[in-house]
Amino acid sequence: MRWRGGGGAGGFSGAKARTYGFVFSFLLVPLVLYVVFVIGPYAQAFYISLTNWKGISATPTFVGMENFTRLLGDEVFWAAVRHHGLLLLALPLVTIAVALFFAFLLNIGGGRRGRTAGVPGSKFYRVVYFFPQVLAVAVVGVLFQAVYRPDGTGVLNGLLALAGIDPVGWLIEPDLALWSIMAVLVWQLVGFYVVLFSAGMSAIPQDVFEAAALDGAGRFRLFFGITLPLIWDTIQVGWVYLGIAAFDCFALVQVLSVDRGGPDNATTVLPLEIWRTAFTFSKFGYASAMGVALFFLTITFAALSLRVTRRERIEL
Amino acid sequence: MSYAGGTPKDITRRQMLRRIGLTALVAGPAGGLLSACATSGGAPAASAAPSAGGAATSAANPFGVKADAPLEVVIFKGGLGDSYATDVHEPMYTKEFPKASVKHVATQQIAQTLQPRFASGDVPDFIANSGSDLMDNGALQSEGQLLDLTALFDAPSIDDPAKKIRDTLIPGTVESGQIAGKPYILNYVSSGYGLWYNGKLFQEKGWTPPKTFDEFTALCETIKKAGITPYAYAGKNAAYYQYWMILITAAKIEGNQLLMDVDNLVDGVWTRDAMKKSAAAWAAIGKFMDKSYEGLIHTEVQTRQNQDKVALYPSGSWLENEQKSNTPESFEYAMTPTPSLTPADKMPFEAIRSAAGEPYIIPAKAKNTAGALEYARIMLSKEGAKGFTEKSGSLTVVTGAADGLPLSPGLKSVNDALKAAGANIVTYSSFENWYKELETELRKQTNSLMFGRISADEFCANMQKKADSVKSDSSITKQNRTV
Repeated sequence: MRWRGGGGAGGFSGAKARTYGFVFSFLLVPLVLYVVFVIGPYAQAFYISLTNWKGISATPTFVGMENFTRLLGDEVFWAAVRHHGLLLLALPLVTIAVALFFAFLLNIGGGRRGRTAGVPGSKFYRVVYFFPQVLAVAVVGVLFQAVYRPDGTGVLNGLLALAGIDPVGWLIEPDLALWSIMAVLVWQLVGFYVVLFSAGMSAIPQDVFEAAALDGAGRFRLFFGITLPLIWDTIQVGWVYLGIAAFDCFALVQVLSVDRGGPDNATTVLPLEIWRTAFTFSKFGYASAMGVALFFLTITFAALSLRVTRRERIEL
Repeated sequence: MSYAGGTPKDITRRQMLRRIGLTALVAGPAGGLLSACATSGGAPAASAAPSAGGAATSAANPFGVKADAPLEVVIFKGGLGDSYATDVHEPMYTKEFPKASVKHVATQQIAQTLQPRFASGDVPDFIANSGSDLMDNGALQSEGQLLDLTALFDAPSIDDPAKKIRDTLIPGTVESGQIAGKPYILNYVSSGYGLWYNGKLFQEKGWTPPKTFDEFTALCETIKKAGITPYAYAGKNAAYYQYWMILITAAKIEGNQLLMDVDNLVDGVWTRDAMKKSAAAWAAIGKFMDKSYEGLIHTEVQTRQNQDKVALYPSGSWLENEQKSNTPESFEYAMTPTPSLTPADKMPFEAIRSAAGEPYIIPAKAKNTAGALEYARIMLSKEGAKGFTEKSGSLTVVTGAADGLPLSPGLKSVNDALKAAGANIVTYSSFENWYKELETELRKQTNSLMFGRISADEFCANMQKKADSVKSDSSITKQNRTV
């Protein structure tokens, strides 16, 4: 019970107090940091969103809900929200599906008769898949500028030209641009989830697979019957992470899209609009209102998805 | 060529744009009245009289510079270098005042170097406030840190004492440096805007730069047949190069009043006839562009022009310098004014858009403000301006100062165009800095128009809608210009 020798005069309650004091002293620093650098700015943003602060004066004017009512009629804001909706549906679905497929192949898919093993060369692939993850977003952005370049000198269009196909405006066709950017996100994120799911899969006891294989389960069955239910927790976490990632996308959109969020608002996202509203338009109050809206969107998503994906935990 | 290579140039160009119009141009009607008495004015600190030098004023020494007072000059050492100061202006100053010592400070970080000095009150006498770390002139002025330069612009020119300095400059220069109706900034470098082409290629093919849109369209057809993209701009990050052209054409049709009305958010200005005609004319030219140009950045398009894949490109005088390392022997930059819509246009074909940039300031609390004013007067002499152009490769706001200088081909064509334009200068646009939301919308709508997604009428209607919403937005501070 006692962590420190000596000072025995305090008795039991004193010892308890010391123990908790000791624990709290460790928690205090991160707690203070969290309050000052996370909770504080959030609270401040909530307050600023109710003012018309322009980033300069020390005493912003309080305007009540004006910024929020203006949001309702702001078509750029709604375009951004729509894009988040789309990203929220597609990004986690595609990323998790691809990552699960790869993780299964790397860990289980290569085995025979229930002995779990990856496909030949799985160690090599595992490293390769992780490459995009270690690249800075800015680097990825610049890389894909070259990949998506709209004329014949682009990497993709150069390949298409070999097949005799005209250049495609990956980022300049309003109907295609957001999907092109989403593909980059998937490309970049998949590696991390392969590793995450691999860890989940390697935690599944070998004998479960062996038993199933003895009963005649094929790879398909092994995946859907054993692997998927047993790593459901991990997938759930991945889903929330990816959903939160879908609420960001700032850097890629900023670097890749036409005139930052174009063409015709086709790729814009809330963080980009917040940045533009605050730092280009000097409307920090309105930008904060967008930030508050984004905060609630993210929270709602996280709560909802944790709720919806909740399942009975399978004890092993 | 590469992206990485494009970035620093991008910054220089942006800085230039910022410098051109960063100052809040509040050209109030009071400007003229106040020019009569330089010592009047709101902030007492800014009222340092020109006679602060302590010596008697005379025709040759209008600010009363004390002959032995030291002068400290801080120069931003960026794209223009600083040899124009060390080799031209400072020697000219010491020649005039041999007993004075000139302290030269070159820096790339104006704000980091000078902000603490402003705070402590130990300020230099003359500052080239440029670069990405420049100080906010509007903020400095509001704190009474800037000297009113009315006395400078009203002082006699060194070349012709019968003329005031303001009359020796390109029209609009003094106004471009006004804050709250008074000139606090000397914008020294002049940029001309128009269509750029390869003079050698045009000569070889027998093409002549178009004077009207009919000629423009015909030329585009011819160029297209030669397998070259007739016209292009970079939609990804430089849509404003294109909207400059749309605004220039509109101003040529109706006159500068149109652009002032745009800046003043006058009701219905975007749907006026001149604007519609200009948008429609440019949308027709847009059909000659390849749609891929919407996804390219300016350096990519400029490089394609250097490779003779693009014939005409809208830009300003910095283009030649920006592309220096990519320009092959076979490429010789030339600029032509934006074509007229019809001969009935209010402004002649020769009219070009010219804007003054590269701000120089004098701190109000400097120890030798008279010396600093004299230094500025030297910069604005023909000899000083000529030396600047020689050393930096940029034209100044001093009219005719570059005449007879061996200029680079592109610079020469800008100089010739400016000379041909004379007083027909298409005015700058202040909304670009005053109302960023309107500017952002204009970029968006310009791409939509030029790449064929909306019609000219829709373009005008969309812009008017945004202008209306900016006008009715109480959170945006409204500005006004009269010149």
